[in-house]
Amino acid sequence: MKVRIDVDACVGAGQCVLAAPDVFDQRDEDGMVVLLLETPPPALEAAAEHAALLCPALAIAVDR
Amino acid sequence: MGSLERVVVVGASAAGVTTAETLRREGYTGGLVLVGDEKVLPYDRPPLSKQVLAGTWEPEKTVLRPDSAYAGHGIELRLGSAATGLDLARRTIALSTGEEIGYDGLVIATGTTARTLPFGHDLKGVHVLRTVDDAVALRGDLLRSASVVVVGAGFLGSEAAASARRLGLDVTLVDPLPLPLVRPFGDEVGTAIAGLHEEEGVRLRLGTGVTALHGEGAVTGVGLSDGTVLPADVVLVAIGARPATGWLDGSGLPVDDGVVCDATCRAADGVYAAGDVARWFNPHFGGLMRVEHRMNATEQGMAAARNLLGAQVPFAPAPYFWTDQFDARIQAYGVFPAEAEMVVAHGGVAERKFVAHYLADGRVVGVLGWNMARQLRADRQLVRSAA
Ligand SMILES: Cc1cc2nc3c(=O)[nH]c(=O)nc-3n(C[C@H](O)[C@H](O)[C@H](O)COP(=O)(O)OP(=O)(O)OC[C@H]3O[C@@H](n4cnc5c(N)ncnc54)[C@H](O)[C@@H]3O)c2cc1C
Ligand code: SF4
Repeated sequence: MKVRIDVDACVGAGQCVLAAPDVFDQRDEDGMVVLLLETPPPALEAAAEHAALLCPALAIAVDR
Repeated sequence: MGSLERVVVVGASAAGVTTAETLRREGYTGGLVLVGDEKVLPYDRPPLSKQVLAGTWEPEKTVLRPDSAYAGHGIELRLGSAATGLDLARRTIALSTGEEIGYDGLVIATGTTARTLPFGHDLKGVHVLRTVDDAVALRGDLLRSASVVVVGAGFLGSEAAASARRLGLDVTLVDPLPLPLVRPFGDEVGTAIAGLHEEEGVRLRLGTGVTALHGEGAVTGVGLSDGTVLPADVVLVAIGARPATGWLDGSGLPVDDGVVCDATCRAADGVYAAGDVARWFNPHFGGLMRVEHRMNATEQGMAAARNLLGAQVPFAPAPYFWTDQFDARIQAYGVFPAEAEMVVAHGGVAERKFVAHYLADGRVVGVLGWNMARQLRADRQLVRSAA
């Protein structure tokens, strides 16, 4: 699985970090998303996918 | 209720699209129709008053999913057709095309429409902002104009005022309330937002109502309750939204400021609602609640889909909301009752970097962050654990 983020669209909601804290973080200054793992291990794939669904800005894309 | 063979989702926007996708994700394999009265592919609204109005995004960037995604999920997308009636006994919906479609399961996600003033909307240059067409038309007018008056200093009006100011227009923000966004967040935050707007050159006319829109053919001015007339080339009316439930009149479905639902988002046998249009019993706060925020559309769409499939799980979120104005990103999580006491827990309001807690009966019921996203995320759990 490959995860892509669109920082331009991110609104800093932090849903992704709550859903998959090992895959996403947020910048301190403005809360923008930071991708920690571009290719999460299988155990984290479901969480990463859930984060993409929850993101209110559609800033996360997950390619299988 | 019997087995599901045909589900119809009415309203093809954030909540409706999420509902349809969740049904498939949860393994539903029957017929699935998504009905929407807009002609364009479903899109996201929050960027309309921000990036689209400011011109940093092309309107196309707001599209939620490419066309192919719907067919890929077996979702029959019926755009440009409005639902005009519901027959609960026969389980059918009437469409503006004259067709009637039957359902075993129905999800209502028709959202809200912009409220209007009782006068003046026939004048050229007078706008509301709800759809992508609205945003494109408003931006076009702003680019040709020198001055705009924004009526309503809620989040939509104050965001649009900021975007118009960034375009270089002379901007006046009018509201009968004494401060912007004061109803949800109280005096201290309202004062800070007012200060930000004034610093950026937005003129504020607060504590004043609008009594008339002047002009012949095209708008030229806005009449205020104190007798002054503000000159205006463009007027944006941003005075809130009302649930799009007209098509349910006479159906027998309980409608009272939205489709009234139980804790599982169910309004009648086989009928659920989600998003801006749904007024459901939120067990987390122990009352009926209708939330006009983007995150709720996603979360409630997921919940309604799962419950339609039989999950029977109460939908009990703490609402989440954000707004961007100039360089301020304000995020709020939870509820903000008028009687709540606001306490600054981190940072400072004067520095425009803080997290505030809102306390009711000694419990944290809401947290608000201003340019402090990470801290706010950490403090969200206070709202959860207090429940
Ligand atoms: C300009 C703007 C900026 C915003 N900014 C923010 C923000 O910063 N943060 C935030 O949290 N929220 C924001 N919101 C609110 C957020 O966009 C809404 O909460 C969200 O769009 C709700 O989604 P929904 O699917 O429930 O309803 P809607 O988006 O209203 O969609 C309902 C759809 O149903 C269609 N429909 C209505 N009646 C019928 C019918 N009879 N038949 C068929 N189709 C019908 C409508 O045309 C529409 O396409 C903003 C809203 C606007 C307008
Ligand atoms: S959930 Fe989306 S909008 Fe929120 S921080 Fe993550 S990427 Fe950004």
